[in-house]
Amino acid sequence: MSYQGKFRVWRGDSEGGELKDYEVEVNEGEVVLDVIHRLQATQTPDMAVRWNCKAGKCGSCSAEINGMPKLMCMCRMNTFAEDEVVTVTPMRTFPVIRDLVTDVSFNYQKAREVPAFKPPADLKPGEYRMQQVDVERSQEFRKCIECFLCQDTCHVIRDHEENKESFSGPRFLMRVAELDMHPLDAADRQHAAQDQHGLGFCNITKCCTEVCPEHIKITDNALIPMKERVADRKYDPIVWLGNKIRRRPA
Amino acid sequence: MTELERHSYDVVVIGAGGAGLRAAIEAREQGKKTAIICKSLFGKAHTVMAEGGCAAAMGNANSNDNWQVHYRDTMRGGKFLNNWRMAELHAQEAPDRVWELETYGALFDRTPDGRISQRNFGGHTYPRLAHVGDRTGLELIRTLQQKIVSLQQEDFEATGDYEANLKVYAECTITELMKDGDAISGAFGYWRESGRFILFDAPAVVLATGGVGKSFKVTSNSWEYTGDGHALAMRAGATLINMEFIQFHPTGMVWPPSVKGILVTESVRGDGGVLKNSEGKRFMFDYVPDVFRAQYADNEEEADRWYKDADNNRRPPELLPRDEVARAINSEVKAGRGTPHGGVFLDVSSRLPAEEITRRLPSMHHQFKELADVDITKEPMEVGPTCHYVMGGVEVDPDTASSTVPGLFAAGEVAGGMHGSNRLGGNSLSDLLVFGRRAGMGAATYVDQLQERPKVDEADVDAAATEALAPFELEGGENPYSIHQDLQQSMNDLVGIIRKEEEMERALGRLAEFRGRIAKMTVEGHRQFNPGWHLALDLRNMLTVSECVAGAALLRQESRGGHTRDDFPEMSPEWRKKLLVCKLDAEGHVNVTEKQQIPMREDLLELFEIDELKKYLTDEELPTA
Repeated sequence: MSYQGKFRVWRGDSEGGELKDYEVEVNEGEVVLDVIHRLQATQTPDMAVRWNCKAGKCGSCSAEINGMPKLMCMCRMNTFAEDEVVTVTPMRTFPVIRDLVTDVSFNYQKAREVPAFKPPADLKPGEYRMQQVDVERSQEFRKCIECFLCQDTCHVIRDHEENKESFSGPRFLMRVAELDMHPLDAADRQHAAQDQHGLGFCNITKCCTEVCPEHIKITDNALIPMKERVADRKYDPIVWLGNKIRRRPA
Repeated sequence: MTELERHSYDVVVIGAGGAGLRAAIEAREQGKKTAIICKSLFGKAHTVMAEGGCAAAMGNANSNDNWQVHYRDTMRGGKFLNNWRMAELHAQEAPDRVWELETYGALFDRTPDGRISQRNFGGHTYPRLAHVGDRTGLELIRTLQQKIVSLQQEDFEATGDYEANLKVYAECTITELMKDGDAISGAFGYWRESGRFILFDAPAVVLATGGVGKSFKVTSNSWEYTGDGHALAMRAGATLINMEFIQFHPTGMVWPPSVKGILVTESVRGDGGVLKNSEGKRFMFDYVPDVFRAQYADNEEEADRWYKDADNNRRPPELLPRDEVARAINSEVKAGRGTPHGGVFLDVSSRLPAEEITRRLPSMHHQFKELADVDITKEPMEVGPTCHYVMGGVEVDPDTASSTVPGLFAAGEVAGGMHGSNRLGGNSLSDLLVFGRRAGMGAATYVDQLQERPKVDEADVDAAATEALAPFELEGGENPYSIHQDLQQSMNDLVGIIRKEEEMERALGRLAEFRGRIAKMTVEGHRQFNPGWHLALDLRNMLTVSECVAGAALLRQESRGGHTRDDFPEMSPEWRKKLLVCKLDAEGHVNVTEKQQIPMREDLLELFEIDELKKYLTDEELPTA
């Protein structure tokens, strides 16, 4: 049941690189990451690739397969014809370190810029009471495995290095939404979403939702509701009046 | 040594899974400048793989639950070999550790009255596992990761620097611990990205490196699980205990070959899934051992009633502790009643409505759909045992998590004793939290009490660097990938789920050969992000750990928990009193010696019926009525 698969893998580092062709054995039931591992074990022992769980749970082996952002461990070889060339390249939005490994530190910086969960002041540990229906919205977003494929595909930053400073990307806008929808979070998230994390850049093309390996409805359930909450607040006449009154110097 | 990056910390935590992050949070909250070092990116540690939940006797689902019941279950699961003080602390403190996670922002599934929901699991008397669907490990790691970020935000407010007191060194591997006399003085390693060396000057090191599964061929563990902490501790002069006890999780995927070993959560059984052989028989009823007859049903009707009325029925035998279920599956397959791909059937499709399955077991549904083309709401899964967890690890003081080496601490899977000969599902996540915190506290207290800060010896640094570069020096040797495959095959074949004296002797012979092969292996390419080199360095650790497992397994002449001897099938009360301790001798060889267990404290002994104690203890050990 095995055959010689044709692979084209990007090899290089921050200085530059090129696509290299390989012929490598492919067996029944395998995924792209298996084949990359066989290349390492038999032909290219120094080929750099990140991976951990090999079960779609850790989000380490993100790459672009025939141009589509995907987890290599969840991309089955039987989705390709046997004579099809499978091209594997590193995520384009992040700087290359080596071969398929990119520098994803941008995401960790953005994570730090989202203020942490603010626990309610009047509840001690063990006293938290929340209904299942109320936690489910945020739970969906907490399924995120931080593979950063949504960040990779988002056109706001994919080919626009200049936007990276003012835009946190779908992953971290979703984190803001998650905290905003947390039944007990005591912080205000809505101003920051617009002003500090660049929610306004998002024009809901849903590319992030399409590539999410956890099938989280990032756009419909996180980004659009967040935009609505921000808009409600900005244009609600009572809120507007309240803000004016409160801002008046004493 | 021209290029060496140096840092100074109070506490260095090696490993960024649940135990490491909880230890780091504690050390930082105790005011210690703390570094976290992880082989992978931050947030990718193996803890994310934990599915079922975190065991804590909160009593939310059944108010009869309390720490004493949890303690009893844990000791039974470990066949009474557990360090009883660790099991006691664990059962007492687990609820506080779980509630604390909610203050960090965790969102567990809820009961109808809004509290944390708890689910059934193998070996636990009551529904006890706090969970989030079947992705509890991800929730745990993300929550702790976000707490670390929150502490960094506090430091930023105070100092203008996020990393002033707590910094994560991601994709960085420690290869050697540094000592000044008897005491720890630091840790030496390399950046995976650049291959450059890095030295941490620190009086306290917490090992939280997880397990050893990558020494076995069929495993649920990721590449990181190469026994680094176990081997680092040994080389620093610390002792390991219980290394003969390896947990084979009964349900790993068996097909397709590329995913063989990947975990299928025990929650499938906790939520009603049953095991069947190729004849369609629920075979677990044939495998209830005498010690568990009082708690487990002997017919399908009673077993099925238990899911609705747990107080008046005995538990289904599918929910026996993992060692029992793994052995049963092994026997069925050997007897020719296995599935086409050499496992047994795990069926939830005929037990729950499809929508209930996708709600309760979303990751499993997803995993089988995407990786095996199997829809678990319509057809059964094929499963078989997979190497999952090592009960053995660094011998530690229960209260402080300190090893026998001053300044060296260990928590989580790398520590030994807590789980005895077999860990209950759900007791790992709680172990991480309880002993991660204690290790962080132990390390902080140790640093406070130090008279003088131990110094790093430059000659040791040079030696560690030379050792790390050795695989580049030789030409024409074997490639590390092929040595690794052979090592895994040997351990799987000869020191696996069922063991024999003759096979383990053969294993030890092979391991001696591996030592020679590893000394002569060759790595191609250069130091920048070179996985071949990384594997070469990890191989040394896997070898040391394998020698411990095989050496201890050969000596223990009984069957107990995660150690089954074909030639000694009985459990022996005499052996229960003994621990096997592994230590490196002057030549770097593994020595295994016997050590007497400390007898269980009387008030804890009184928590059990005398008839149950008789099954485990010698007559002299029984309480005098």
